[in-house]
Amino acid sequence: MPVIGVLALQGDVREHLRALGGAGARAVPVRRPAEIEAVDGLVIPGGESTTLWRLAMAFDLLEPLRKLIGGGMPAFGSCAGMIMLADRLVDGVRGQQTLGGIDMTVRRNAFGRQVDSFERNIELSGEPFHAVFIRAPWVEQVGPDVSVLGTDAGRIVAVRQGVLLATAFHPELTPDRRIHELFVSMVKGTS
Amino acid sequence: MAEMLKGGVIMDVVTPEQAKIAEDAGAVAVMALERVPADIRVQGGVARMSDPDMIDGIMDAVSIPVMAKCRIGHFAEAQVLQAIGVDYIDESEVLTPADEAHHVDKWKFTVPFVCGATNLGEALRRISEGAAMIRSKGEAGTGNVVEATRHMRRIRGEIRRLSALPPDELYAAAKELQAPYDLVADVARDGKLPVVLFTAGGIATPADAAMMMQLGAEGVFVGSGIFKSGDPATRAAAIVKATTFHDDPDVIAKVSRALGEPMVGINLDTLPPDQHYAGRGW
Repeated sequence: MPVIGVLALQGDVREHLRALGGAGARAVPVRRPAEIEAVDGLVIPGGESTTLWRLAMAFDLLEPLRKLIGGGMPAFGSCAGMIMLADRLVDGVRGQQTLGGIDMTVRRNAFGRQVDSFERNIELSGEPFHAVFIRAPWVEQVGPDVSVLGTDAGRIVAVRQGVLLATAFHPELTPDRRIHELFVSMVKGTS
Repeated sequence: MAEMLKGGVIMDVVTPEQAKIAEDAGAVAVMALERVPADIRVQGGVARMSDPDMIDGIMDAVSIPVMAKCRIGHFAEAQVLQAIGVDYIDESEVLTPADEAHHVDKWKFTVPFVCGATNLGEALRRISEGAAMIRSKGEAGTGNVVEATRHMRRIRGEIRRLSALPPDELYAAAKELQAPYDLVADVARDGKLPVVLFTAGGIATPADAAMMMQLGAEGVFVGSGIFKSGDPATRAAAIVKATTFHDDPDVIAKVSRALGEPMVGINLDTLPPDQHYAGRGW
């Protein structure tokens, strides 16, 4: 059974741990470089991307994470995690950095404020998927190596590039495990 | 809804400049106020919802979520805050209560609410009214963590007690807690509240935040503790780090150095009974 770490700096870590457990992985919270290096794949949870960035910077995690992701570690980010995996960010705070890895441009808080948050069916690989969006980003542009997996009213909200996966919504908050199962199979190398 | 704030620090701010400092320090959200609780204590008078222009100024200054407070039971203030577009409403005992029997019916709003609680029954009554997030009340504006400790221990202890009860005793437990049976049964089954549980009230140092997280808080509100201290930017960043690494004493020790003067605290036994905010709420 693959061991998947959930980056536990801030955000809905527990929900991802539970979802990964339900999708056939052993899931552990990780915060230190040695803990992160020891897992087979990494989830970057939903949360506040500026807080994730500042904590990753303060605890010298940005470079180790970039190196691991650049070196082929499978990673999945939801919402703030999608922002962290984007090569390019629009509407970040001044100086905000991402880890990068996926050749895409992501717009932070693109869907608006908390009161603009919503849940509805999106299209995921041709099938409906009930998705929760909270102050969510969207993908403005993707490079040639990126597959678009999910769209909502023409907006790109789920992508994959190699062993990297990102969603603008929060599959960890709903019982449908397809996204986490996909990531677990990516970590196993079977998808 | 409030799950995305977990593990984070929410900071009271009274100006756009303070809001920027909070955002730069890694706050997950800010609470826009005209006066922090420590000043409400000193100045007295009726404490009300903040001026919408002041809240707008803070919403324009930062890109993280902005919360604002309405008085307990003051549904019209809540309507105004929702119309302004704040991200969360705190129905708060720090302001002067507007209704001595009823809290706001929070199901009527699309904006999520956070409410204070001193015990599990109070937390479940707020959740039954539609609160999306609970925080311990503590004793705001004192810089004294003892009440927050009491409330966190009580809430967590009552949850543990429910988890140990056989199902046929949950009905009487619901009666004792003065809370709806369905919510009581949920808590007994899950061993946790059905919404996010933060702590608030008197947190002033990184070690305070770490203690509350170890007592089971899922995140921290810091009110007067940051901007009533000598070096707000440094202290704010230190509390953010201590909240994440709450179980790592080496990190807490490191971030506790060179923080400048903390806010001056108030001992609760010197506080007249009518100045105890935690007793507000029904």
